Amino acid sequence: MDLRFGDSKPTDDERAAVDALLGPPESSWEGAARDGMRAADLRWARGGRAARDRRDLLLPGLHAINDRVGWISEGALDYLCRRLTVPPAQAYGVATFYAMFSVKPRPATVLHVCTDLACVSAGASELCAGIEARLGLGSGVSVERGPCLGLCERAPAALAVKSGDPVRTAVSAPATVEAAVLAASAPDSAPEEPPAAMAVPQAGDPSLTLLRRVGVVDPSSLDDYRAHGGYTALRRAFELGPAGVIREVTDSGLVGRGGAAFPTGRKWQATAAQPDHPHYLVCNADESEPGTFKDRVLMEGDPYALVEAMTIAAYATGAHQGYLYLRGEYPRALRRMRHALDQARARGLLGDDILGQGYAFDIEIRRGAGAYICGEETALFNSIEGYRGEPRSKPPFPVDKGLFGRPTVENNVETLVNVLPILTMGAPAYAAIGTRRSTGPKLFCVSGGVERPGVYELPFGATLGELLELAGVREGLRAVLLGGAAGGFVRPDETDIPLTFEGTREAGTTLGSGVVMAFDETVPLPRLLLRIAEFFRDESCGQCVPCRVGTVRQEEALHRLAAQHAGRTGAAVSDDIALLREVGRAMRDASICGLGQTAWNAVESAIDRLGAYE
Amino acid sequence: MTVTPLGIPRRLLEFTIDGEEARVPEGSTILDACRAAGKDIPTLCQGDTLTPKNACRVCVVEVEGSRTLVPACSRKAEPGMEVRTDTERARHSRKIVLELLASSVDLSTTPQVADWIKEYEAKPDRFGPDAARLDEEPKIDNDLYVRDYDKCILCYKCVDACGDQWQNTFAISVTGRGFDARIAVEHDAPLTDSACVYCGNCIEVCPTGALSFKSEFDMRAAGTWDESAQTETTTVCAYCGVGCNLTLHVQDNEIVKVTSPHDNPVTHGNLCIKGRFGYQHVQNRG
Repeated sequence: MDLRFGDSKPTDDERAAVDALLGPPESSWEGAARDGMRAADLRWARGGRAARDRRDLLLPGLHAINDRVGWISEGALDYLCRRLTVPPAQAYGVATFYAMFSVKPRPATVLHVCTDLACVSAGASELCAGIEARLGLGSGVSVERGPCLGLCERAPAALAVKSGDPVRTAVSAPATVEAAVLAASAPDSAPEEPPAAMAVPQAGDPSLTLLRRVGVVDPSSLDDYRAHGGYTALRRAFELGPAGVIREVTDSGLVGRGGAAFPTGRKWQATAAQPDHPHYLVCNADESEPGTFKDRVLMEGDPYALVEAMTIAAYATGAHQGYLYLRGEYPRALRRMRHALDQARARGLLGDDILGQGYAFDIEIRRGAGAYICGEETALFNSIEGYRGEPRSKPPFPVDKGLFGRPTVENNVETLVNVLPILTMGAPAYAAIGTRRSTGPKLFCVSGGVERPGVYELPFGATLGELLELAGVREGLRAVLLGGAAGGFVRPDETDIPLTFEGTREAGTTLGSGVVMAFDETVPLPRLLLRIAEFFRDESCGQCVPCRVGTVRQEEALHRLAAQHAGRTGAAVSDDIALLREVGRAMRDASICGLGQTAWNAVESAIDRLGAYE
Repeated sequence: MTVTPLGIPRRLLEFTIDGEEARVPEGSTILDACRAAGKDIPTLCQGDTLTPKNACRVCVVEVEGSRTLVPACSRKAEPGMEVRTDTERARHSRKIVLELLASSVDLSTTPQVADWIKEYEAKPDRFGPDAARLDEEPKIDNDLYVRDYDKCILCYKCVDACGDQWQNTFAISVTGRGFDARIAVEHDAPLTDSACVYCGNCIEVCPTGALSFKSEFDMRAAGTWDESAQTETTTVCAYCGVGCNLTLHVQDNEIVKVTSPHDNPVTHGNLCIKGRFGYQHVQNRG
């Protein structure tokens, strides 16, 4: 590849940030200073295929620069490209894809204020206005309104990121203007976040399965994890052998908890059977569906469980390398998972010879950078590989050609964590939990108009009403959003819907990733729908026409409807609703991936079930 | 590419299109089969020399058992597949895609699209006068070609032609996201500050006229561009020994643009800066 790099030079800080990740450059071909050039440099160009094979370090490199300086300059991007033999145009395309990066100068501190569904119902708009009044130009803080931060149980939420070495973060939730301003101006002195168990109202309940250790064990202690039953499932896995593990998982009836409900055992079997090697295991922890925060709570409260579960999944499917793709907006989960991986590695629970069984496996964390679409399984592969996080067209499916074109198993955090009880209690006992077609326990993220928002664990089959009662639903319930922005609304009189995949499907709605968001009459429905439409418009990757333009037209029509709704109804309203239906149908039928296919779900359900705009 | 390499004989597989039996060689796409059967399916982002990107979604068809519609351009035909190309569902999505594009992008120089808009009864105006458009000004920063991204449908063909499918220059990429996504060079700089080598292979594949010769752009602006008055003469490039074919488009005895036949077995329509733009000496009559 004969690449052209610009003349812009990185600053010392930018160079140091890249070199801290990649090591010092080996030659002037890679961007080392020419004055110290060695004779050998003149004879051949280093790089070539070996350098190009490091393309997957592009996203970590962009993070390194952004963390250190707060934005990505031309000189920094060109230097990173030189180090990795990546065309600058492509790297620029990648850098501009992610919401957390900026290619224009901005203040060192960015305060992300969530203006998504749960937060907007908790007064995020007023919070934003208050913060913006205090942190104007010259304050050294850039205030960015953004999508869900996954802190819905403590809405409204704000996340401050202060670039430097090291980068500092502070979460303010529930945020007040004063607390958010303090977090942004002095992240180090902001009060510590409450423990993850605060997000689990049932914490300590001995009947819990997936959440039983959250709030009980010290999330930083591997010994504590082992004292509470940790690593018994992995020992059991080694007894069963890979085929035995897959058989147990298949017999358990476990299906994916990320929203698509695909049978996990079948996915594992299909990957394990691929003759092409290496196989990869990817854990999708890019939890970005508005209203979802269960994976964050699991990773913050019981990080070793995920490490163990990933090890089992990799063992069963013949993978020796795993990737944990973690949401960029989850700094505490990142710290906890990093620590857990280090501990596990130090104790031989990751590495060349796990538990003396001769099985080698390790996990690398990759941080997302603010793109909902990267939760789509193939977009996530592209993101890890250092390309724009655009979904690939399927077939081929990940089990055939996934990460780096190799057979790959990709599972959500909650799905993987379910593997532990399957192995410790055995498939028949696990399958006895829940209903016949939706087996096992399920986590629900309850937020909005309830007294005790948080992550709840219930066996499949509990009704929506039971869950809402548990969470203390407030008077005057107007609507419940199931499954997040990609899900659908149901009416308050539909609380007998059983929370199972088949039950919600029969009721014409979806369980999705387990979001249950309650809205009372004080929250204007048209405003919620506008927020959902805005979310999809912002998060569309732009690859296919139905989604790229359709989400814009949907938002425009909802703006007109919101304006009309205040004053009049009639012909104009029904015209716009007909238009929404037509565009929505094409988005659902013709979009490449699930984002476009579901972008009209919530709006449709609000019109049909709730009678919005009537 | 219309030249089929003589490889191992390929198995024929059987499936149905609109209820009629179809037999195509293994590896063919649904679109190949439809075209062989004489069925017209609109395409925009599909290119005969490039791997299908299936981004525009105007070629969608119904396949029995598939939850969503599938893009005919990239989906391979499978034995026993039941394809329906002209259902209300497929036509609806095509109509909406045409409306979405025509309401946001300037399609005035996109061949055939006006006919499809009529055929599918698409009404791009119904999104109202305030419907967001790309609203891009033409980028005129060099003497050879113009980038008028107000006409860009983001088909990715220029990116693929500039990248590892043909040119390996990697001067352009899709940047930004969603409706704000645009084709740009690094740092969104002028072309003259980029890695561009001016081979013009992006112009060759652009389906909408967003990328055009400066000569064509200027003549269109002056109202003198008249394709009916143009002749096309295919000849051999005189610059080097490769022997690329050039098709010279001539109007009023002046070369107004240069293309290259896509069925050329060596170059598949690709040229370098000399073949593409180095024709002035031919008409230097001074």
